[in-house]
Amino acid sequence: MKPADQKRLLREMIFYRRFEERCFEAYMEHKIGGFLHLYVGQEAVATGVLEMARVKHDYIITGYRDHIHAIKTGAPAREVMAELYGKETGSSRGRGGSMHIFDPTVNFMGGYALVGQPFPLAAGLALACKHKGTDQIAICFLGEGANNQGTFHETMNMASVWKLPVLFVCENNRYAIGTRVDRSTAVVDQYKRVCGYNIPSSQHDGQDIEVVMESAKKAVDHVRGGKGPYFIEYLTYRYRGHSMSDKTALYRSKDEERQWQERDPIRIYDRKLKQAGVVTDADIKAMEQEIDAMIENDIVKFAEESPAPRVEDLNKYVLDDNPDPRWIGPLQNSY
Amino acid sequence: MAELAYWEAIRRAHDEELARDPNVIVMGEDVGLIGGTYKATSGLYQKYGEKRVIDTPISENSFTGIGIGASMAGMRPIIEIMSINFALLALDTLINAAAKIRYMSGGRATCPIVMRTPGGTAHQLAAQHSARLARVFMSTSGLRVVTPRGPLDACGMLKSAVRCNDPVIVIEHERMYNLKEEIPDHEYFRPLEGAEIVRRGTDITLIGYNLSLHMCLETAKRLEQDGVSAEVIDLRALKPLDRETIRRSVEKTHRVVIAEEDEAAVGVGAEIMATVIEECFFALDAQPVRIHAADVPVPYAENLEKVAIPNADDVYQAALKVMGRI
Ligand SMILES: Cc1ncc(C[n+]2csc(CCOP(=O)(O)OP(=O)(O)O)c2C)c(N)n1
Repeated sequence: MKPADQKRLLREMIFYRRFEERCFEAYMEHKIGGFLHLYVGQEAVATGVLEMARVKHDYIITGYRDHIHAIKTGAPAREVMAELYGKETGSSRGRGGSMHIFDPTVNFMGGYALVGQPFPLAAGLALACKHKGTDQIAICFLGEGANNQGTFHETMNMASVWKLPVLFVCENNRYAIGTRVDRSTAVVDQYKRVCGYNIPSSQHDGQDIEVVMESAKKAVDHVRGGKGPYFIEYLTYRYRGHSMSDKTALYRSKDEERQWQERDPIRIYDRKLKQAGVVTDADIKAMEQEIDAMIENDIVKFAEESPAPRVEDLNKYVLDDNPDPRWIGPLQNSY
Repeated sequence: MAELAYWEAIRRAHDEELARDPNVIVMGEDVGLIGGTYKATSGLYQKYGEKRVIDTPISENSFTGIGIGASMAGMRPIIEIMSINFALLALDTLINAAAKIRYMSGGRATCPIVMRTPGGTAHQLAAQHSARLARVFMSTSGLRVVTPRGPLDACGMLKSAVRCNDPVIVIEHERMYNLKEEIPDHEYFRPLEGAEIVRRGTDITLIGYNLSLHMCLETAKRLEQDGVSAEVIDLRALKPLDRETIRRSVEKTHRVVIAEEDEAAVGVGAEIMATVIEECFFALDAQPVRIHAADVPVPYAENLEKVAIPNADDVYQAALKVMGRI
């Protein structure tokens, strides 16, 4: 990879971290409501996998921890922030909020709150790609907790028999809210769970973006090459609570948290790039300043200044707002 | 008498029933180690152990089905589903199995499970976390459906539900867990059937359940200042429904407003409205009015959410209209 690209990737990850932290602040200021799930600690996974995908071409879908997946796919960050602020300019026009970022213009097909719900949707996107004969693939990002849902097993089976071009990315951050993976799951290594469906799979370090990219490239090539689905598991960690109200002390130790902090994906990558002479501390400092300024002066400002949805538009988007009368009527009666 | 919060009252019912009967078990996501999303089972895992208070994987249909199976073999499972939205995943086992096992077996098999779940809108939780869905369970024969309005019923009805031999759905509300009320220190039970007149009046009947009951109570207070005496009925049990109490109240007041937080179509309010028409149409002096949510998925944006969901003022305005005051 070219040094310029490496530098860009580092900058992206720093930006994603700062973006999420800024969301946290905005939540504390009551600018953001509802449930807010942050991606802090897991940045290398979405960044690395999507770097290897053909974004805006492939279909991407995920759960409620979705801001960064949307942005890396190409959803404008200011629209994502405006969505969190509940504004008309938001990705989902203020109707969806944090858990439901959508941007079909870049084939980001949404964030979903129901655990396990995206599995079949992803397979459906892949079915459409296969049906149309395009070289697009579908990529589904979900946590390890979702793999205990029935949709996981049912979808893996169908994706496999129908050889659908879908890549399942399992972000194993070890906890589903307060439940550690070994307390809920008989086979803790998630990649082994798809063997029963004859889907090839592998497990990798999710904190080192170079490892992520290398493994993701192989997986993407496999799927795009028409060989059917692939399941890839990344071992990662969320540094914050599950959502804003979650208290991690109830279920995990400070010691464990510290160990994972040492494997911070941004630190791992910036250390590598510094050693390779691609960036200096001064470069990173400058990046951070530029990012913070951009977040404040562009992203947050846009969200703050955007209008809220109009109350008169409450019924908009429930059904097609401009339906073709040939299909829906009205039917003429004589009274 | 001690004042308990709604969640503490639920916790107490669990605690008493777990202590009494070794066949009582608790199942659900994060109900154990961390004590439940709304703390309703806090400390019970530590007290009764992981065999009695079971943290389940995220597998609603199957862990509910496991609870149902266990109940057929003599256990008394209390299943918590973290939000009624997720209960949709368990509808197969609840509606196709639990609700029908007694009937299909000619009364020879039973499944005495309790499924507790919060339904309702909270604060900007958006379309996939704001379902109310009482109507779905209310329209299923073979289930009992109750909606405790406060800590007294939350504890007393849950205990009755555990003892009762039928599958019981207990619908709570995310915005009610911190509601406080005095409840007896001694063990007590509250019946699973029967609407309750929680405020007597003569001019108009306000009918609610769960959170909407509180909108009715607030409205009654405001109406009193206008010189209107409102009777308030808490449905308490949506299934079976106490038609008698509704009829007798409306025959006395001749006017009725029904409040629910859900959308109108095929809903609880629609059922009550039909009940009023069937039971006491000729006693009515004014057209009954339903208060309900707008016919849209629940929006995230605060201002939209506010207009999509009914509030106490909507009930008050409707009452004035039914009284012919506006
Ligand atoms: C069907 C369903 N059941 C339960 C929940 C509540 N819930 C939200 S997130 C979550 C944990 C999910 O864990 P995992 O899939 O590992 O993803 P992570 O949050 O770690 O990214 C649970 C139980 C839900 N949203 N949907």
